[in-house]
Amino acid sequence: MSVTGRIHSIETCGTVDGPGIRFVIFTQGCPLRCKYCHNPDTLKISEGKNMTVDELIQEIEKYKSYMDFSGGGVTVTGGEPLMQPKFVKELFRQCKERGIHTALDTSGYIPLEHAKEVIQYTDLILLDIKSFDYQTYKELTGVSNEPTLELAKYLSDIGKPMWIRYVLVPNLTDNPDHIEALAQFIKDLKTVEKIEILPFHKMGEYKWEELGYNYELKETPAPSKELVDSVKEIFKKYNLKV
Amino acid sequence: MFEQWRNFREGNWVKEIDVRDFIQKNYAPYDGDDSFLAGPTKRTLKLWDKVMELTKVEREKGILDAETKIPSGITSHGPGYLDKELELIVGFQTDKPLKRGIMPFGGIRVVEKALNAYGYELDPATKEIFKSYRKTHNDGVFDAYTEEMRKARHSGIITGLPDAYGRGRIIGDYRRVALYGVDKLIEEKQKEKRQLALEHMESGVIRLREELSEQIKALHELKEMAQSYGFDISQPASNAKEAIQWTYFAYLAAIKEQDGAAMSIGRVSTFFDIYIERDLKEGILTEEEAQELIDDFVMKLRMVRFLRTPAYNELFSGDPTWVTEAIGGMGLDGRTLVTKTSFRILHTLNNLGPAPEPNLTVLWSNHLPENFKKFCAKTSINTSSIQYENDDLMRRWYGDDYGIACCVSAMRIGKQMQFFGARANLAKALLYAINGGKDEISGEQVAPPFAPITSEYLDYDEVMSKFDQILDWLSLLYINTLNIIHYMHDKYAYERLQMALHDMDILRTSACGIAGLSVVADSLSAIKYSKVKVIRNEQGLAVDYEVEGEYPAFGNNDDRVDSIAYSIVKNFMNKLRKHKTYRDSIPTLSILTITSNVVYGKKTGSTPDGRKAGEPFAPGANPMHGRDKNGAIASMASVAKLPYQHAEDGISYTFSIIPKALGKNLDERINNLVGLLDGYFHDGGHHINVNVFDKETLLDAMDHPEKYPQLTIRVSGYAVNFIKLTREQQLDVINRTFHERF
Repeated sequence: MSVTGRIHSIETCGTVDGPGIRFVIFTQGCPLRCKYCHNPDTLKISEGKNMTVDELIQEIEKYKSYMDFSGGGVTVTGGEPLMQPKFVKELFRQCKERGIHTALDTSGYIPLEHAKEVIQYTDLILLDIKSFDYQTYKELTGVSNEPTLELAKYLSDIGKPMWIRYVLVPNLTDNPDHIEALAQFIKDLKTVEKIEILPFHKMGEYKWEELGYNYELKETPAPSKELVDSVKEIFKKYNLKV
Repeated sequence: MFEQWRNFREGNWVKEIDVRDFIQKNYAPYDGDDSFLAGPTKRTLKLWDKVMELTKVEREKGILDAETKIPSGITSHGPGYLDKELELIVGFQTDKPLKRGIMPFGGIRVVEKALNAYGYELDPATKEIFKSYRKTHNDGVFDAYTEEMRKARHSGIITGLPDAYGRGRIIGDYRRVALYGVDKLIEEKQKEKRQLALEHMESGVIRLREELSEQIKALHELKEMAQSYGFDISQPASNAKEAIQWTYFAYLAAIKEQDGAAMSIGRVSTFFDIYIERDLKEGILTEEEAQELIDDFVMKLRMVRFLRTPAYNELFSGDPTWVTEAIGGMGLDGRTLVTKTSFRILHTLNNLGPAPEPNLTVLWSNHLPENFKKFCAKTSINTSSIQYENDDLMRRWYGDDYGIACCVSAMRIGKQMQFFGARANLAKALLYAINGGKDEISGEQVAPPFAPITSEYLDYDEVMSKFDQILDWLSLLYINTLNIIHYMHDKYAYERLQMALHDMDILRTSACGIAGLSVVADSLSAIKYSKVKVIRNEQGLAVDYEVEGEYPAFGNNDDRVDSIAYSIVKNFMNKLRKHKTYRDSIPTLSILTITSNVVYGKKTGSTPDGRKAGEPFAPGANPMHGRDKNGAIASMASVAKLPYQHAEDGISYTFSIIPKALGKNLDERINNLVGLLDGYFHDGGHHINVNVFDKETLLDAMDHPEKYPQLTIRVSGYAVNFIKLTREQQLDVINRTFHERF
């Protein structure tokens, strides 16, 4: 029996979740309740459809040329992929057997022991640190940021490459002191290849309405170019690649 | 040996007409980057401004000016100048830039209609001559058409046929004039004619002897035309400027004589590069001057004009001329054919801004130099003005000196031509299969009558068997119609000059085409995998369909339906292969619509895939709008599966993506676009148009066309100036699958 995963959807031309052209799998289910989530339709693990690893591998292989020529691969994102560690582990194991690059987009909110077995088959972790400040993080996501930071240190210790992703939301995650603290934390990590500032956008808003959820950020604007640049400067001060 | 051939490496090309051999012996492959390129000079910009001023007036008036009396011919008009002091490359089709000539040999009615549409009157004497004394191609065709052909043409199951204007899709080897000079070419043609003094004078030989005589006359006229501009082109070109000028003169003579649907220039950039390199080495040319020559040459190609009726423009949008230049590719010996001039000609898009013409076509190979790939991708991202075709695929058929006629039709230059056959509407054919050969809109019996389908729900096997029957009928009718058209075109509107720049013995193809492939594939898939209920009118004619349940749609990389699309192409092609063709031409097939997908849709009733009557088809081989759910690459992968061996005249795919969906910054976008092209072509894709822009830009351009005089977008096989599209076409482009997930 092939391992089964709970899948929201598939995108064959992913270009923003890891290097090159990527086959992106959106998994269903997430323990976080981020106010700005742009995929709120992936939150509940009870929804979506079941797909086996074998089925997915068969699909993935159809796109090997595109991945090979662009230096791309497979990215699993969500939702929170690590809510289904067995599934992701088996999927990545089979990808690695076929020489396909694997990337995992995660918030890191997961017991480290569960994460470890997936990580051994993962080439690149896209780690979302939504805030370095405990309170802000809690308010924004509903949970603690400790597992995330712990995971970051672990990845650094075992020499696993990672990209740090930071969603910049005006009036929510734009506190320069918090960002400065995050930059200091990151500079001590040995395997961070780059930091991606993701400017907040409202393209997920219609989904919230469709789902009947209350979207709290209706009035929040997208960050200005100046704000984005000033945040980049903070990271650059610590010789971090943004 | 000519003095003009100094420092060239000799080869077979010295002994006989063999431009490919000249290129192979003398060109310098280039694998460096774009940093050597020169920007536009003041002179170039000044001249280009003048062009822009003229085109602005032209846009407002419809056309700038038109001849009303003298039929266009090689020596009929000119010389004409834009600015004699500034122009480096000279020559226009008439005595003034953008003034349109008339070409009544294809058909006098079309000329008259087009002139009237823009407020001009055809000279009565000219009209009298072509009505009473000189028969046209159009008259000949309609003398010979059967009633069935007229009906099929009228109902729109076969349309776009070149039966009232020039057929085009012929590429003269214009480079021969530069390399050999006209005298040498005349001498060779005379030799060929002497060889044809055979014992038995049969019609084929008689025709060829007459054609050769016409070719020789045309070459003399070509010399005379150049003379009127002060150039003696009887001898070979002696430097880069002359090589470009001589080549352009040859092309100019062709477009003064023919208003073919597509008038490609061929594959000239690497040929020019040999002359430019020699001049640079001799110190008589600088990089800036070399770029000026190419910029000027391209400016001339952007100013090619034909007089068309507004109906033609509605079908094909804007002012299409399809001056297609094939760039790059690989040689049979493994060296790349990319030279610095491959860069220079693409660089005109930066120097002069984007434009639909010339139709710049990169022959893509996985083995192209990385620097060139990146430069192409960058230029695509900035201008959306390039199309790409699979050189690794086509080289197997056509060698390494082929060009592209029109959009996707490959042919060996100077050794091959096609009998252009526009396209058959396969979606309509499917409806005929259901309705027993009756047209679903008019109710008229167009195909021979047979039992219509009468069940409430469509049965796959029954539909397939009747569809097969209809395709038998359609393929024979189609080929016979083309036979008549091309017999008459040869007789009344022969391409004297273009054929003078071909070998005597050439390969001919009968280039058929289909429209509505994804509609038919999805319809058959719906019938097979879901339930399709038929809705009939009072006369019992099936006029609408209700699809119950979901079905796999073409464009999702799903073999269940992709294999149906594959079979349709193969099956129809095999039927075409059975029939006897004019001049023993080889039947081929294209899946290409340009923008005519909108008009085809208008003329076709509701289809079993759920598409409603009048709604546009997808262009070319594209999946239907909004049905590809798995992202851009799944869509490309479905198209790449279509069999080129059964569609040798080309498979067109149009790809539109917003910049952000291609990557976060320019470097990523370039890398990803290169990867996309490499992957698509590696997997067997034949052609792709690449558009990179935001929807908002297009919406803004609809409301404020004056802000976007040069906004260019690629559509099936071709590029158009967006603001010249009809509103309907603009909306079709905007609604068409835009890949914007990220």
